[in-house]
Amino acid sequence: MLKMNNISKIYRTELVETHALRELDLHVEEGEFIAVTGPSGSGKTTFLNIAGLLEAPSSGIYELDGEDVSQLTDRQRSRIRNEKVGFIFQSFNLIPDLSLADNVDVPLRYRGWSRVERRKAVGDMLDLVGLGSRQNYLPSQLSGGQQQRVAIARALAGKPRFLLADEPTGNLDSEMAGIVMNLLESINADGTTIVMVTHDPDLAHRASRNIHILDGRASDVVIPVSTNVTALPERGVACV
Amino acid sequence: MFNYYLRLAMASIRRTPVLSVLMVLALGLGIGAFMTTFTVYYLMSGDPIPHKSHMLYAVQLDNWDPNDPPTESAKDLQPQITYRDGQYLMNSAAPAIRQAHIYATGAIVVPDTDEPPFDESIRATYHTFFEMFDVPFLYGQPWDRRDDEDHAAVAVIGRELNDRLFDGANSVGQSIRLDDKFVQIVGVLDDWQPTPRFYHVDAGGQFADTEQIYLPFNWAIDQKLLPRGNTNCWKPIDESLPLFEGFLQSECVWNQFWAELETPQQAAAYKDFLDNYVRDQKAIGRFERPLNTFISNVPEWLEVNEVVTDDNRVLVRLSFLFLLVCVLNTVGLLLAKFLGKSGEVALRRAMGASRGAIFSQNLVEVGVIGVLGGLAGAGLAWLGLQAVENLYRGYQHLVHLDPMMLTTAIGLATLSAILAGLYPVWRVSRLAPAGLLKTQ
Repeated sequence: MLKMNNISKIYRTELVETHALRELDLHVEEGEFIAVTGPSGSGKTTFLNIAGLLEAPSSGIYELDGEDVSQLTDRQRSRIRNEKVGFIFQSFNLIPDLSLADNVDVPLRYRGWSRVERRKAVGDMLDLVGLGSRQNYLPSQLSGGQQQRVAIARALAGKPRFLLADEPTGNLDSEMAGIVMNLLESINADGTTIVMVTHDPDLAHRASRNIHILDGRASDVVIPVSTNVTALPERGVACV
Repeated sequence: MFNYYLRLAMASIRRTPVLSVLMVLALGLGIGAFMTTFTVYYLMSGDPIPHKSHMLYAVQLDNWDPNDPPTESAKDLQPQITYRDGQYLMNSAAPAIRQAHIYATGAIVVPDTDEPPFDESIRATYHTFFEMFDVPFLYGQPWDRRDDEDHAAVAVIGRELNDRLFDGANSVGQSIRLDDKFVQIVGVLDDWQPTPRFYHVDAGGQFADTEQIYLPFNWAIDQKLLPRGNTNCWKPIDESLPLFEGFLQSECVWNQFWAELETPQQAAAYKDFLDNYVRDQKAIGRFERPLNTFISNVPEWLEVNEVVTDDNRVLVRLSFLFLLVCVLNTVGLLLAKFLGKSGEVALRRAMGASRGAIFSQNLVEVGVIGVLGGLAGAGLAWLGLQAVENLYRGYQHLVHLDPMMLTTAIGLATLSAILAGLYPVWRVSRLAPAGLLKTQ
C-alpha cells in the first residue's frame, strides 16, 4: 500500500539546513492501522505531509498503491490526494461558513462527481458518523467531538483507501476521544488503511502497529502485552 | 465548477464584509472618476457626423484688422465670416456640391393655446442645410430653393417644439407665430442632436441643444432678426446707413459658412475659388491682411475650435492615474484578504484541489468584486456626470449614463479587479499547504 525507501527531507534556508527526515524506510500494508509516535520535532508531521503528498521528498522513492509518486506534477499529486488519501486533522479544519454537508462535499467537488452522486455520498458519510440529521448545521453549532466526526466524514466521503490522521483526538476530552477512536477502528475494520500520528500512548496502543520516529528515522515499537491491545502484526517492516 | 466558485465567492465576501466593501469602494471610486472624465472626453471628441465629416468644410476668411499679429494657422482666425461674404459665396457659382450660409437668432413664440409666449432659439439658413447635414425629418420636408429665393415665410420645427405646440401631431401646413409674424410649417424634424454641435461651435455652444426652429435666411434678415451668439467687429459700423443695413454691410463676423466637397480635388478648387474672391475684394480695399483663407473639415474644425480642451485631456490622464492608484490599493487589500484565508486554501489543497483550481476559485471571487466595483463605479460616474451638468452650462448631452457606459464601467472594473487580483490569486495558489494545516 505505502512504501517509502530512503526518504529524506531537507529544509534549506540561507543560514540553516534542517534534516527533517533521514533515509526513512517504511512499508505499510493494506488494512493496517499504524500509530506514529515521537517527540516534537522528530519528523512526524513531515512524514505525514510526504505520505499525504502535500510535500515532495528531497530524495528517496515513495510508492503509493504500487505507483511511484515521489516526483509527480502538482496536478497529478492533487488527483491522487483526492482519490486515494483522506486527511483528519487535530483542529478539525472545517470551513466555518459552510454547512456540514458542504464541508463533507469539499473533496467530492474536486472529484468531478455528479450532484446526485455527491449528495448520496455526503448523506451516507454523515449518517455513518451519526450526524445525518444535521446536514445544514454550521460547524460552530457542534461540539468538538462532533466536529471531528464531520471531519472524518469528509475524509471518508471520497472513499479513500488510505487515511492520514494527525493527532485526531488532540483537541478532545477523553470521552470524545474514545468515540472518535472507536469510529476510526470501525473504519479500519472495514478495510481502510490508517496512519495516525499521536502523542497519546493509550491511543497508540489501540493501533495494530506502532512506529516511532526519532531524529527523522522510523523504527517499529513492540507494544507491551499489559496494554491488552491487538498484537503487533507480522507483516509490515519499518527499519532505519 | 463556476457556479460552485461563485457560491464560494459570495460566502467569502460575506465573511469579510469590511475588506470587501473597501475593495468595491476603491474600485468604484477609480472607475467612477475615470468613467466621468472619459465619458465627457469621449463625447466631446466624438465624430458628430461620421459618414460625411470629411466632406463638410467650414470656411474662414481673414478680413480682420491689419494691425493684429499675423495669422499662422486657422486657430488664429475668426471662426465666423461677415454677412456680405456669406451672401456673395452663397449666391456665387462656387465649385461645391452644396453650401450653407447660417446664423443663430431667436424670437418669441406665441402659442395658439393658453400657454404663455416663450423665447426660442432659431437657426436661419438655406434649404441646403438639411441635406448637407443629413438632418432627419419626422414629417414633411425642408423648404426648397424657390422659398429661399422668394424670402418665403416658412419654417421647419423640431420634434420637441412640435410636441409642445401640436401634441406631436403632423403640423405640416400649420402656422406658428414668431414675434408678430406667422410662418408656415413645412417640415418637422425627428430627434437630431449632433454632439458636438459642429456647425456652430463658438460661444460655448458646442454642446448646446440644436434649435427647435429653422427659418429661411433671407426671411430672417427681412425681419431684422438679430444674431445670437458671438458677434465680433474690428471696424466701426458705417453710420451713414440705417443701423441694421449698416450692420449687414460691416466687417463684423457673425455668420457660419459651410461647403460640401466630395474629393480633395474639389476642396482644392474650392479654396482657389475663395482665394480669388478675397483677391477681388482686396482690389476694392477690403481684406487688408495677407491672403489667409482656410477650409476645415469637421474633425479639423473641432480641433481648430479646441472643442476638446487640453484640460479635458489632462483630466482623463489624471483620473486614469487615480484608477491605477485604486487598483494598486485593491492589490494590497486582496492580498490581505486571500492570505487571511490561507488555512482554507491549504485544506482545499489537502482535499485534492490543484493550484489551478485554487487559482480559478479566487479569480472568480476577484471577478465578483470587480462586477460589484463596476456597479458602484457606474453609480458614482452617474453622480459625477450630474455634477458636471450642474456645474457647466451646455453639457446636457454629455451627461447620460447609457447601457454602453454601464457595460464599459463593469467591464473595466472587472478587468481592473482581475489585473489587481492576478498577483494575490497567484500567490495564494502557490501557498504550501503542509505548514498551514497544522496552524489553522
